[in-house]
Amino acid sequence: MEEYNLTCIRCPMGCALRVSVAGDEVTVTGNTCPRGADYGRQEVTAPVRTVTSTVPVTGGQIPVVSVKTAGDVPKDSIFDVMRDIRSASVTAPVKIGDVIVRNAGGTGTDVIATKAVGIKD
Amino acid sequence: MIRRDIVIIGGGPAGLAAAVAAYDAGSRDILVIERDDRLGGILNQCIHNGFGLHTFKEELTGPEYADRFISQLTDRGIEYKLDTIVTDVSDTRCVTYMNGSEGVVTIEAGAVILAMGCRERPRGALGIPGFRPAGVYTAGTAQRLVNIEGKCIGKRVVILGSGDIGLIMARRMTLEGAKVLCVAELMPYSGGLQRNITQCLDDFGIPLLLSHTVSRIYGKERVTGIDISEVDENRNVIPGTEIHYDCDTLLLSCGLLPENELTRQAGISIDRVTGGPDVRDDLETSAEGIFACGNVLHVHDLVDYVSQEASRAGQMASEFVSGRKRDHLSYLKVETSGGIRYSVPQYISPKEMEDSITVRFRVDKVYRDRKLCVYLGTTKLREQRKNIVKPGEMEQVVLLKKDLGSASGTDTIRICLED
Ligand SMILES: Cc1cc2nc3c(=O)[nH]c(=O)nc-3n(C[C@H](O)[C@H](O)[C@H](O)COP(=O)(O)OP(=O)(O)OC[C@H]3O[C@@H](n4cnc5c(N)ncnc54)[C@H](O)[C@@H]3O)c2cc1C
Ligand code: SF4
Repeated sequence: MEEYNLTCIRCPMGCALRVSVAGDEVTVTGNTCPRGADYGRQEVTAPVRTVTSTVPVTGGQIPVVSVKTAGDVPKDSIFDVMRDIRSASVTAPVKIGDVIVRNAGGTGTDVIATKAVGIKD
Repeated sequence: MIRRDIVIIGGGPAGLAAAVAAYDAGSRDILVIERDDRLGGILNQCIHNGFGLHTFKEELTGPEYADRFISQLTDRGIEYKLDTIVTDVSDTRCVTYMNGSEGVVTIEAGAVILAMGCRERPRGALGIPGFRPAGVYTAGTAQRLVNIEGKCIGKRVVILGSGDIGLIMARRMTLEGAKVLCVAELMPYSGGLQRNITQCLDDFGIPLLLSHTVSRIYGKERVTGIDISEVDENRNVIPGTEIHYDCDTLLLSCGLLPENELTRQAGISIDRVTGGPDVRDDLETSAEGIFACGNVLHVHDLVDYVSQEASRAGQMASEFVSGRKRDHLSYLKVETSGGIRYSVPQYISPKEMEDSITVRFRVDKVYRDRKLCVYLGTTKLREQRKNIVKPGEMEQVVLLKKDLGSASGTDTIRICLED
């Protein structure tokens, strides 16, 4: 049996989790809410993260728009996702939720805008 | 003079939530004043996720969280001014602001809500030997340059201070293709949230050097390198322990200070520990009808708590304007000891308070296996086990009106940690 001490990162409470793995059996303790148990299980089997960054905007009120992956992506693909984000750009106007990169880094997850950017007047 | 019922200074999450709550409590004549060119405050540059899980039950980025509150404000048709700076507040609730179209204007307010947020401890205060070359930024300035202005600020980075902004920037710079060599922290513990150490440093193998500081900066025009040395328990550099790092950028993440110039000018009493005004359980400061919430009151790590606190301030301000008077003689002082540095609120009225009140506080260092105890006079009201408490994470305890009912005027409420 393997034991891991983790910090749940699903919310800023940062609960201290103890995760034990015995074959296919994963048990999580120390979580305050069910999301913590999911996180603990996921983290020791296939860890995932949300990636956030910015993308340049042409003709916008501000030079860059903030973006995020629309869902979690495997931790190992963070830099593949970033490669796609860093070569992307958009033209104003941008709305929250607009898709900026499709299937980022081949993860099947899109990158979407998290800020509205109007056209520069 | 122009008269307004409620004037809110600052359009960050605190100001927005206060305005919405004041409206929902029945006030209509509300004005939010923001010096920046958009609402949302610091959230506009906090593009990472982790906001709002408690408020909206989903994990949002800073700009998305701000947008939810901005919509609530505009849906209610609450008036706000951008590019407008408040230059003076008096203890009689006269608010003076300035902007390009109106010049200087003074308003007489029925109630004022202070929601000016906080600013970074300036780098000058840090006293590191060496020149002051380009490439040295406070972490918050770097965050604004990268996340709002889209600038690239450096390729090889060292970060001094493990506050949350420093940790968040360590990840951000790494994702942007920079190499973050290490994060050095003067104290023997991190000032940031554990989750940020996990997902911003550990994920990318960035070392966190506790009890270390920058002992020298090299480079005249631009940073070319720095030395990092270990410090002893009195935070003095231990000679001979320095390690040299070649780098072009040094970020300083050394804490935030509530932005209270206006508060001080108004002669409002300031808590020496928090750096913010001291407040009663209704978030009123020492000046009648002037309320405070958010980071101007004390530095918060969680925006959800800022929004909650600010909603109460908005509601209380609205009640004040509608003529609710409180018995000012009924307040008890909340004292803190045994490792607890401060509490907010600092005063509670058992007579006037709502059925329960959340008291928030911070500790002075890391403690394990302690009991959090609350006393009224010499009577213990509450005892709660704490496996671990850390200075980087705000704690809270809920006090009930029915427990405080027996208080006499000379009692104090005391919150402390015990073995
Ligand atoms: C870098 C960083 C990362 C964070 N990460 C997280 C996180 O992951 N999760 C989380 O939940 N919380 C996080 N927080 C905490 C949370 O975002 C803040 O506590 C919250 O934004 C504070 O809100 P506020 O309204 O009090 O202050 P602010 O957002 O600073 O707003 C204050 C506003 O007042 C305006 N103002 C100031 N003075 C004047 C004046 N004289 N006249 C007119 N306007 C004025 C300012 O321009 C500003 O817009 C983070 C904070 C920071 C700084
Ligand atoms: S277990 Fe729940 S409450 Fe604790 S950090 Fe995770 S999500 Fe937050």
